[in-house]
Amino acid sequence: MLQEIFAFLYQFGDAFAFLVLSAAGLAIIFGMMGIINLAHGEFIMCGAYVTVTTARLGLPLPLAILCGALAAGLAGILVERLIIHRLYHRPLDSIVATWGISLIVTQTVLILLGSTMPGIGTPLGSFSIGAFSYSEYRLVLMAVAVLLLIALYLLFNTTRFGLLSRATIQKPQMAQALGVKTSRVYSLTFGLGAALAGLAGGLYAPTMTLVPTMGVTFIVESFVTVVVGGADVFLGTAPAAAVLALIKAVMTGWQGQLFGQIGLLVTVIVVIRILPRGISGWFLKERT
Amino acid sequence: MTRDCQRKMSSGATMMGGALALSLIAGASLAADPIRIGVLEDQSGEFAAATIQKVHGAQLAAKEINEAGGIMGRPVELVIYDPQSDNRRYQELMRRILQRDNVDVVFAGFSSASREAVRPIVNQMDALYFYTNQYEGGVCDANVVATGAVPEQQFSTLVPWMMETYGKRVYTIAADYNFGQISAEWVRKIVEENGGEMAGEEFIPLGVSQFSQTIQNIQAAQPDVLMTLLVGTAQASFYEQAAAADLGIPMGSSVNVAQGYEHRRFDPPALEGMHVTANYIEEVDTPASRDFVERWRAMFPDETYINQPGQNSYVGLYLYKEAVERAGSTEKAAVREAIQSGEVCVDAPEGRVCIDPKSQHASHTIYLVQVGANHEISIPKVWDGIEPYWLGEAGCDLTQRDHDAQYTPSNPPAQN
Repeated sequence: MLQEIFAFLYQFGDAFAFLVLSAAGLAIIFGMMGIINLAHGEFIMCGAYVTVTTARLGLPLPLAILCGALAAGLAGILVERLIIHRLYHRPLDSIVATWGISLIVTQTVLILLGSTMPGIGTPLGSFSIGAFSYSEYRLVLMAVAVLLLIALYLLFNTTRFGLLSRATIQKPQMAQALGVKTSRVYSLTFGLGAALAGLAGGLYAPTMTLVPTMGVTFIVESFVTVVVGGADVFLGTAPAAAVLALIKAVMTGWQGQLFGQIGLLVTVIVVIRILPRGISGWFLKERT
Repeated sequence: MTRDCQRKMSSGATMMGGALALSLIAGASLAADPIRIGVLEDQSGEFAAATIQKVHGAQLAAKEINEAGGIMGRPVELVIYDPQSDNRRYQELMRRILQRDNVDVVFAGFSSASREAVRPIVNQMDALYFYTNQYEGGVCDANVVATGAVPEQQFSTLVPWMMETYGKRVYTIAADYNFGQISAEWVRKIVEENGGEMAGEEFIPLGVSQFSQTIQNIQAAQPDVLMTLLVGTAQASFYEQAAAADLGIPMGSSVNVAQGYEHRRFDPPALEGMHVTANYIEEVDTPASRDFVERWRAMFPDETYINQPGQNSYVGLYLYKEAVERAGSTEKAAVREAIQSGEVCVDAPEGRVCIDPKSQHASHTIYLVQVGANHEISIPKVWDGIEPYWLGEAGCDLTQRDHDAQYTPSNPPAQN
């Protein structure tokens, strides 16, 4: 019985970590800033590729993952400066622009680096409980997901950057009138979102096939999580990921992957119908 | 979108033989009237890692054929487009290549979904279509020559061997579309025929990359053998994740390693214990195969891996050449008549390949490929000249009538 409970908790944690990590960057860029970023998967791919390349050059994996996140963050700042900052009040145009970026990046990587990249193998070992054996690295991913949520909460609610960032996004004119360099805050916030996407890519790179289109496999889960969660990074993403992970783990364990996916998509339809502003919108409305 | 100018090479070859009177005639027809071969194979998108070699295989064969004087003295010209692993692009490009480019034959498609997407168009235009990929079998269509390996070649060999070697409880995970569903039906049938039992089955949507729960479902069922019929690069992540969780169950497949060269892409020991029945992989160590690898690498020095689809595409062009030369024409009816003689065969890198007149499928040499702990390849067993017998025995006879259908063990041709 105990081993079944652990097995279920492990699966729940695994799904939760995947949803949190793949959605964190998007929660900032789409949830907070309102940019429908269809190039989210390409920031993830960028993080994964840089992580694997630097790890192959001999850097320890944790540092390589940080390099991946940093590279994706810099790429994000560059994209924001060149393209996104012209599109802040044109959400439909931002869809087309980010989709274009996504196509260009995927195809460029395919042409320059080829159709696949050799992997680096999953670090750490495995452990068994009863009839089941598990990967230890997956526990690390769960821990990172929880720590990341805490760090983001602290960042946006206790630091000066978090305050300026929320002020700029909620009332840009007022923030500017008070002397905030809003364009720099926008760049840094977008860069942070991209860096978190890169972090997800770096963390999952050892466990996945490395191909130019790998970002696509994160896209559905990340958008579903952010749409269910709503605008607040912490109050939205964390409960949304928990609810969705529960549904996914139960459905997949019961009837396989197909039903896990159906469960996710049905949930998002139901939530949009009942709570158009997501879970965090509902939380915040209740409070005020 | 690239289009090859093979004509330059062939005119060079003609000049060298210019002293001979014969080649003047050949030269006249070489310059005047090339045989146009359409190639629709994915060079980008989800399947590109396994299919870029199909383009290269066709280019290598076309180059060699042209250097040796073409087909019936006519040069070969390839018309190549990239369908981007996208079924709608396949349909657009198939119309374009048949209507605007007027090709004599078309080689197209990796996934069975793409084949079924273009087959109605091929039928509508009454064109000749070579599908060179291994697949779930059962296409009985006069317009289609399916030269890849089929389940009676891959599963009738692999599944009984796995059950004898490792045990009789089999679990299948398969990609959730026509290929995976029908292949899984074949596995189920062969397991039952051999006195085994299915410990479980799971169908996985294309594009899924996270497998923790699937791995646990497999462990709960405790099978002796795991059949992995996974397709595409996202699903290939299963192996890394299964190895990280120390799943350790012997695996069998008809698609992995030989197509996606996962043993080269992943760090060992992700693919340890994998068994694949393939009609070709780069590691096949015969003089014909070594020579083929050498010629391929001379033309494409940066090729990551020469896989089964690459070889099949190469052999497909030679089978077409053989059929056209026997027919003395590129007309579909004449080419099919040549195929119906049952004598269209070529000596391929894998071994001898012949086209079966009844089903228009190909016989193959089947290699049992085993992957070791360091991803080293061994081939413990080879089956020579395995016929694609099932369709013919089930009642598909294209020499009598065009069925224009795809059959499965649970949906065989109507007997009348």
